This record gives sequence, C-alpha cells and structure tokens, in this order.
Amino acid sequence: MSDITKQSLTELVINIKNKKLSSTEVTKAFIERSEKSKELNAYITEDFTSALEKAKRFDQKPNFDLKLSGIPMAVKDLFCTKDVKTTAGSKILNNFVPTYESTVTENIWKEGGILLGKLNCDEFAMGSSNETSFFGNVQNPIDKDLVPGGSSGGSASAVAGQLTPITIGTDTGGSIRQPASFTGTVGLKPTYGSCSRYGIVAFASSLDQAGPMAQNVKDCALLQEVISTYDPKDSTSIDFTRNQYSKELSNNIKGKKIGIPKEYRVDGMPKEIEDLWQKGVQYVKDCGAETIDISLPHTSYALPTYYIVAPAEASSNLARYDGVKYGFRSKGENLIDMYEKTRSEGFGAEVQRRIMIGTYVLSSGYYDAYYLKAQKVRKLIKNDFDEVYKKVDAILTPSTPSSAFKIGEKTNDPVSMYLNDIFTVPVNLAGLPGISIPAGHDSKGYPLGLQIIGKAFDEQNILNIAYAMEEKINFKNKINDWWIK
Amino acid sequence: MSIDLKIIKHISKLSRISVNEKKAEKLAGDLNSIFDFIEKLNELKTDNVEPLTSVAETTLKLRPDKVKSENIREQIVKNSPQDNEDYFVVPKVIE
Repeated sequence: MSDITKQSLTELVINIKNKKLSSTEVTKAFIERSEKSKELNAYITEDFTSALEKAKRFDQKPNFDLKLSGIPMAVKDLFCTKDVKTTAGSKILNNFVPTYESTVTENIWKEGGILLGKLNCDEFAMGSSNETSFFGNVQNPIDKDLVPGGSSGGSASAVAGQLTPITIGTDTGGSIRQPASFTGTVGLKPTYGSCSRYGIVAFASSLDQAGPMAQNVKDCALLQEVISTYDPKDSTSIDFTRNQYSKELSNNIKGKKIGIPKEYRVDGMPKEIEDLWQKGVQYVKDCGAETIDISLPHTSYALPTYYIVAPAEASSNLARYDGVKYGFRSKGENLIDMYEKTRSEGFGAEVQRRIMIGTYVLSSGYYDAYYLKAQKVRKLIKNDFDEVYKKVDAILTPSTPSSAFKIGEKTNDPVSMYLNDIFTVPVNLAGLPGISIPAGHDSKGYPLGLQIIGKAFDEQNILNIAYAMEEKINFKNKINDWWIK
Repeated sequence: MSIDLKIIKHISKLSRISVNEKKAEKLAGDLNSIFDFIEKLNELKTDNVEPLTSVAETTLKLRPDKVKSENIREQIVKNSPQDNEDYFVVPKVIE
C-alpha cells in the first residue's frame, strides 16, 4: 500500500484502468498518508469520509473512459466546492459553505476526480509564503520550518509530500509557480482566459488564473487538459480550440527559439540561481533548441505596477465582505460600525494592508497618478513581450530569485516579501502562460525552479519544452518524510 | 510623498476598516515603504501610452436575457450571519 502515494497521476490512472488498483485503495492510501502528515498543516478542511464513499461508488460502477477515473485529489481552498466549506484562508469566510461549484473543480469531478479536501493558502491568495493564512502557516516537506511558498502553499506542500497525487492552485502574481519552485514540483499558470474564474474566490480579476500543480510535466499536462474549458459564466473565458495537452505532449523541441532576457539578471541574485539558469540554457541546447539573447526593457517596473493593479482590484473585489450576506460578522453599535468592525476583525494584516493600498490608489485625486499610470506601464510590459515573440517561441528564466526561506524570515518586511515574485509577476501582467519546473538544488539541498514563459494560448509549446528539459534534468526531490507521525 | 496618519484615517473610512492609533502607525510605516517602491514608475514617460485595462482581447459576449437560476432564495440567504426567513438582517438603520 505504502508505495501507492509515490506513483504519478499518469501511473495511477493506468493502474486503475487496468484494475491493478481500485479507486478505494488509492483513496485510502492518500487519506492514510494525509492523516500522518498533520504537521505540514496542508489541509484546512478534510473531506475523507465522503471521499471514501465516492471511491467505493466509483469501484461499484467504474467508468474507465474518463481522464481521471477514480483519482482522489485535494484542491486549494480558494475554489468554491458545493456543500464543502470554502475559506480562502480567511477568518471572514471561516463558516462559508458554497451552494455552488466552481467550473474548474466541476470539470475535475466530471472526469472522475474525487475531492479529498481543501488545502491551505495565504489569506485571499495574498502572500508568498503561506504565512498570512488564518489557519496557520504550512510546512515545506523539504525541511522543517521552511515556507512552502505561496499563495498556493498548502497545494505545493501536499503534492511534494504526496498527500495528493495532483492539485490545482491559482496564480495572480506567481502563486502557483513560486511554491512549485520552493517544493520541487511542477506548476503551470495558464494563459489568462484559459481556465474559468467562475466560483474562484476573487483576488485581482484581471490577473487571477487557476492552474495545475503536479510531480511531473505529463501529469500537469493531463490536468490542464481537464480544467481548461470555455465557460460562458466567466466573461473573460476565451473560446478557442484547446489541445489535448497530455496526448500531444512531445519532447521534440528541435529548432525552437528560446529567449534569454538580460533584465532577469537582477542585482543581488545568488550565484546559484545564475548557475542554474546557465544550466537551463545548456539543457535546451542539448535538446536541439536555439537560445537567443533578448531584452524585456520594462521588467523592473513590473512589481511596482503589480502592487498598484492587484491591490486596486482586490479592494473592489473584497468590498463584498460586509458581514451581511455571508461570512463572519462582528457586533456593531450601528450599520457602519458593524461593517468597520467586521472587516477589521475578519481580515488579517496583509489583506487589510492591500485593501488600504488599493483604496488609496483608486481614491479621488490619486487615480491618475497611480492606477492609470500603472495601467499604462502594464501596456509597455505587454508590448515588450509582443516584440520579443516576433523572434522567439518561448522565454527561459529562473522561477524565483532564491530558494525557499525560513518561516518568519520575511514577515516584517512586506517589500522584501514582494520581491519573491519578481520573475513571475510580468507573466500575469501580460496574461501569458508560464510553467515552473524543478531544475536543481542549492547548497542546502533545497529545490530551485526554472520558468518557461510562452505566447498566449501556447501552453502546448511550453509543456513540450518543459517535458524535454525534465528528461535532461532528471530531478530527484530530496524528501525524507521528517514530518510523518 | 508621505502617507501620514490623516491619510490613513481617510482610507480607513473609505475602506470601512476600523483602525486604532497603534495600527494606523504601523500601516503608515508599511504603506510608506511600499509607495517608495512604487514611485519607481515615475521614471517612465507614459503620456502617449494607451492604458491596458484587460489582457483578454475580447469583446463582451451578448446572451439572451433569460432567467437561469430559479427558486434559489434559500441558497442565497443560507450563509448569512443573521437572517429572518427570506431577509438579510442588519443593525437598525432608521430611528
């Protein structure tokens, strides 16, 4: 039984289809391991009893034509799941039980997936270390007291720790790719408009995208194939012909042109990251691709732009939490007092900080100087990408400027925390797809990731490049199960 | 540019988040360091740049104006912190 959780999604799907394993056996194995892994604090809500029932029902009447036949899976607690508590990592949604299902999770259940539970994340996905969650920080399976990254920290920890074969996260400024990089896993942020945002707790609507997180590229491609659908319920969902990403996966990237942007060589970047990047260049060359030096001149303006656009949208989106319609309510002397106390007690410090920034940049007299300015710079950042994509098929960069850091190391300095997302944020601003794959270890043995950025709707191409590189890199995650009780 | 306690009080009111003195001071400090970092955008001349409001290059689709969700009143009030039959309940607003 114990080796079931070590299998990849692709292996599990085959073994269930060939009746070598039942869905019940697989589900039981992941539940048992999850129960021994409480110290990771990866789960906010466990749905194990119901998962076992669903697995038994599947085994009684199996349908092996589905893409995820009988596969159990935990998901980030930002996806609304019908009749299962959905908190977004916040006190203000501590008691919220959705009466509807997000489109992305609905797609998973339709293909035979089974919900194991809801995974921890930074509050409203605002954070890069999973330390802003109302439900406590998450441990990285790589080492004790190490952050798993964020905001999809519980998701990354659960995949790396083999508590779930695969998962989904959301990525507004790097929230899938950065934790994937910190935990030695694979994370894909799809093109804006590829996966429906319906039923996902909103953070910054022009940036938010759901995406798969997995142990390897093939699993990631399979889950992307399942979750990416056109959805009329999301007005920004795009109606385009989606590839069969896992079936069309190919390691043949001969002749592909891959850009290496000089602006990503930032001041103070550790030599280990630079070395990893150079190795990445060698790997793609070994695969028969060609690398080209490129320039994305406005890269250093991406983070300041993001820290206007994202909080502005968040301050509008989070106006709905008023203690009236759902969620936590504090007692107030009158209506206004009730609103103010509810929001002051219900939101954590980071969320309040971002609402304040957003409110300020949208307020009368400051709108042009900040919000409009940021939207203009956002255009320049997107133009940079449009320009280089005339010459190259994809771009290769490090995923993060450092490996995972210790819990508490950056909590007192918001700006240093924000700098974590320096390589991932431009991709969201331009609405492009990006994937992080594990590519090596630093001197402490912590994983480091490389990011491949693609053209809009060119997920297949970056998955193929990642697949080819994965073969060359042959990465092995160093996990010793230190947390297992 | 500096964000003082007066501005913090103003945005606290706009965002309906109550702050006490201690919290206001902490927020002022944090916001000042964040805005120092944001000021970098002023290095760029953007007079002739069109603002980018959405990366999804699509026009909003029209659909027939038909009711799709019926009889969901119960679902809508299900999560309300305090409800009375079919209504949301708030503190008294009319004397």
